[in-house]
Amino acid sequence: MVRWASAGLADRAVDGAMAVVEAPINAVERLIGRRRMPYLFLAPNLVLFGIFTFLPIAIAIGYAFTGGTDLLISNRPYVGLDNFRKLLSCGDYLAPGSCEESLFWTAIWNTLWFVGFNVAATLLVALTTALILNRAIAARGFFRAMFFYPVLLSPVVIGLIWKWFLDRNGLLNAFLQMLGVPPEIFLLDVGWSRFFVVVVSVWFHMGFYTLILLAGLQAIPKDLYEAAAIDAASPARTLFRITLPLLGPNLLVVLILLMIRSVQIFDEAWVLTNGGGPGTANTFLVQYIYQMAFAGDLRLYGLASAASVLMGLVLLVLTLVQLRLGRKVES
Amino acid sequence: MHGTFNAIGFLTRTRRPGRIDVTDVLSWLWLVGGTLAVLVPVLWAGLSSLKPEAEITRFPPTLLPVAAVQVEVQGYDKPLSLWNVTVDGETREMAMVRRIGLKAQVVDPENPGKPASVDTKSISPVQRLTVATENYSDPLTRFSFLTFLKNSVFVTFVATILTLIVNALAAFALSKYRFRGEKAIFVLIISTLMIPLTVVMVPAYLVVVGVGLVDNLWGVIIPTVATPTGVFLLRQYMLTIPDELIEAARVDAASEFRIFWRIILPLTAPALAVLAIFSVLWRWNDFLWPLIVLSSRENFTLQVGLNAFQGEFSVQWHYILAMTFLSLIPVTIVFLFLQRYITTGIAGTGMK
Repeated sequence: MVRWASAGLADRAVDGAMAVVEAPINAVERLIGRRRMPYLFLAPNLVLFGIFTFLPIAIAIGYAFTGGTDLLISNRPYVGLDNFRKLLSCGDYLAPGSCEESLFWTAIWNTLWFVGFNVAATLLVALTTALILNRAIAARGFFRAMFFYPVLLSPVVIGLIWKWFLDRNGLLNAFLQMLGVPPEIFLLDVGWSRFFVVVVSVWFHMGFYTLILLAGLQAIPKDLYEAAAIDAASPARTLFRITLPLLGPNLLVVLILLMIRSVQIFDEAWVLTNGGGPGTANTFLVQYIYQMAFAGDLRLYGLASAASVLMGLVLLVLTLVQLRLGRKVES
Repeated sequence: MHGTFNAIGFLTRTRRPGRIDVTDVLSWLWLVGGTLAVLVPVLWAGLSSLKPEAEITRFPPTLLPVAAVQVEVQGYDKPLSLWNVTVDGETREMAMVRRIGLKAQVVDPENPGKPASVDTKSISPVQRLTVATENYSDPLTRFSFLTFLKNSVFVTFVATILTLIVNALAAFALSKYRFRGEKAIFVLIISTLMIPLTVVMVPAYLVVVGVGLVDNLWGVIIPTVATPTGVFLLRQYMLTIPDELIEAARVDAASEFRIFWRIILPLTAPALAVLAIFSVLWRWNDFLWPLIVLSSRENFTLQVGLNAFQGEFSVQWHYILAMTFLSLIPVTIVFLFLQRYITTGIAGTGMK
């Protein structure tokens, strides 16, 4: 009885609140007519999109052509292509030290390096895991959940957990000492720190890509495998002639998503490496933009915007390539 | 007996019954190795967060949180450390008074008499399992952890509610009405899927400054509310709801908003649930955007606070790990209960 009564009360409370919200909206409906109501429903979304997505894109392009350190566009001198020239002028593109904005080119090379290794490693690990999880193996759900768990954690938490694991007094060094290997301060060594940024990134994200690939694997018709078994095809042949070709569209989606997201590496690397260290060994493109605009003594919004616009162009090209290839693979 | 047999059969079930293939062994090695690779760093951080400050940087580390034992001994002002002392083949627990070179002066804590002198080589510290709860209680009381937590909960809750309402309204308009500009608006919204926050973060910050929301939790919430993934997901789901329901409601003279609220929204519940789970995870874990918008400590969210904390107290790992672990718990609980919905939701939509 009590439960029913309270449920009724809650219902009435919701009804009451809704009547307050509904009344003005219904009044507007009477005023503008039912046919125009969809515009009203879209309004909050479009207003927010306009203010916080489309306006910023326009500003980014505008600011990329201005200099100075002031926030107000009226106080910012027009400098033409100066920011782009500054970013792109370089004696030798392979040697960031010879560039006018040497940090920008350091960040670009670091990012390219990271994208290459991260995409390859994540794809390999995710594909292997998906293939194994697609077998009739026991406790499949448990393992799938286990591999997926890090995807949900925050980059800050992951950075801190790994920083502790790789600490001079950390578990990895304790393990190495048991094997007779001298301890190493991994995150202060250029080579090791770069290696572990990739390891942590694979650890963090591979579960997500495994899931997409697994969904693709499970959509492959089973009778194809039965036919291959009748023909006594070797497992390797089955993999390369049936599984991988049919997984093509999923592999492509994963590849492009991985590339787009690898270009944007920031959070976990920032926490793990104390902001891009040692030195600038792990300073990536997003960090460069962040540093120019928000972290330095001079707030170089123009330079940061120019770098953002360049990065946006690269991401746009990657997305268009994805759409193009996607259509090709489907047809 | 039958139960045991079943368990073994379950664990050793293979592709071809009765035969264990080499690929089965390799698969198991990969899966178990991967599970360990996921669990070991997380559990290690958890175990370490229970260690007292003095023990946490001991190398090589102990697996479980142990600490040297200290005892109060009559006649001594300060507590003394307890040591295992081996004298004449017999081991006793003694309290150390002082150490002079290679000799240590120890007393029996139960019956403190004149200190005896023993060789430091023959003694070892007494250690007991000690859980340093102060690692957890100190940040709660002495630092702003509770403020960070409150801010994170506020941002996550409000942003998720607003995300659901704003995107459901837009999805309703885009799925159940035909109007001029419908397609253009849909393409416009979906096209922003391609533009990541990182590319527009500088000007988005300027806009937030412009509307006066800088260093304000609403500045974290509002810009993230209208998300193209949300519109897309909800629209696809609403398209499957038959239009006859709406027609019937209109015959009954229901207003358009009432149709949305009373008919469409309840029927969209499964899709709303998926979006809600994602929204909670996005907002709870978000770092870069709050880092840019928030500048004063009392407004920090948990992630920004944790980051600031590790910068300021880079040697106080016992606090950092405890706070890291506290911020990990909600996500882990959500995951344990909703694991299946989360994974199928992601597999179905390809979003994270």
